[in-house]
Amino acid sequence: MSEAILTLESLEAGYGEVQVLWGISLGAARGKLTTIVGANGVGKTTALRAAVGSIRPWGGRIVFKGDDVTRLAPHLKAARGLALVPEGRQLFSAMSVEENLEMGAYAKHGERSYASRLEHVYELFPRLKERRRQSAGTFSGGEQQMLAIARGLMSDPDLLIIDELSLGLAPVVVHQIFATLKTLKEDGLSILLVEQNVHLAFALSDYAYVLAEGRLFTEGPPEKLEAMPEIRRAYLGL
Amino acid sequence: MSALLEVEGLSKDFGGLRAVDALSFSVREGAILGLIGPNGAGKSTVFNLINGVFAPDKGRVVFRGEDVTGKPPYLVARHGLARTNQIVQPFANMSVLENCTVGACFGRENLRLARAREAARETAAMVGLDDRLDTLASQLTIAGKKRLELARALAARPTLLLLDEVLAGLNPTEVEHMIGIIRRIRDGGVSILMIEHLMQAIMSLSDSIVVLNSGAKLAEGLPAEVANDPAVIEAYLGDPDLAAKLRAA
Repeated sequence: MSEAILTLESLEAGYGEVQVLWGISLGAARGKLTTIVGANGVGKTTALRAAVGSIRPWGGRIVFKGDDVTRLAPHLKAARGLALVPEGRQLFSAMSVEENLEMGAYAKHGERSYASRLEHVYELFPRLKERRRQSAGTFSGGEQQMLAIARGLMSDPDLLIIDELSLGLAPVVVHQIFATLKTLKEDGLSILLVEQNVHLAFALSDYAYVLAEGRLFTEGPPEKLEAMPEIRRAYLGL
Repeated sequence: MSALLEVEGLSKDFGGLRAVDALSFSVREGAILGLIGPNGAGKSTVFNLINGVFAPDKGRVVFRGEDVTGKPPYLVARHGLARTNQIVQPFANMSVLENCTVGACFGRENLRLARAREAARETAAMVGLDDRLDTLASQLTIAGKKRLELARALAARPTLLLLDEVLAGLNPTEVEHMIGIIRRIRDGGVSILMIEHLMQAIMSLSDSIVVLNSGAKLAEGLPAEVANDPAVIEAYLGDPDLAAKLRAA
């Protein structure tokens, strides 16, 4: 595995009194596509939330580009180049495409290169350019996911984190989006992906982590994991 | 053995969304039945339909030979059906003993206060809270609150217990302890219908499993049968076709 841009070390987190993560350690390699898979409720989203700082970890450490960012506020992490495309997209639905993209560039990191970033995301997603004055709420699920990714890219991140990429999307759209991610990766972007569909995750990632019950079940290159019958056990317990 | 609970063709819509879709299954006397399924499959709604929190749009709930469809929860409880809640709901400013006593007062035997207190002591001991009888519920750890939730339901002396994620948020030692308690409850003659996300635990505890997906029954059988069912595997691991198509492209 190449050098990690983000590492989670023995991360523990939860909500209220309920602990969800029981000490997971994982890393997103620089210039690679890393996926986290696992059944519903195992803590994938919780791990991402802790990583970007929208929830505070109970224990463990988060290191981004060599710095300990465990207690850093989300907007400061964004300013350092960490962007999250949240589950369910969470667009500003009353705003136009371009206004959403502007919001994405809010962090310092994105500000200075606004015009060129905008051009770049319109190149990646020509459909967004065609509809740049249209309000985001009128978009199909696939277009919304494209816009959410584009918004994430507007902050000029070093690591793009995407939660539940394929959820509710038509196969053709998933295909398009993955092709775009591949382009981004070839341009040097590091990507960390949470994906419900384990086959999809394995088909597209360089390295994968399998979570079960708030812990790391196994990890490895997808071709190795795919051959493991015990992956099913992480999902079904038997 | 005969069926203690029979659910027949149960359906429930919430604002146009079908949360439960023509669901039928039964719980045998003395058995543990596990209800599993991805998030949003409708598991907790099924519990709410069985114990009367919601009335179903269609279908019947027959418990101990009596049609209890749409009856309010307190009457269903009196008939011998108790439940725990996924998010624990203790009376925070009452003690462990008082919480359990409430359960006993409004349960199957409709006990008077003195007898109810006795029953409360017994069930608190069963879940290992006998050294915490005077502790306020709010002072318990999450593991303690989970056990109290169970003890309060058990104090109603139910014939059927509905357990909604009693293991969630517990550490491995506490999970082991709770599994032991659940086994003892069943061995004491109480039948159990349980929802649980900890798959290893529910697969080892349950005599049989019902898999729910989008409100409908996807599979039913022994734990090993269900875990090897291709439709169940696909519901959990995702559709393999999409990946195959991407690879081919």
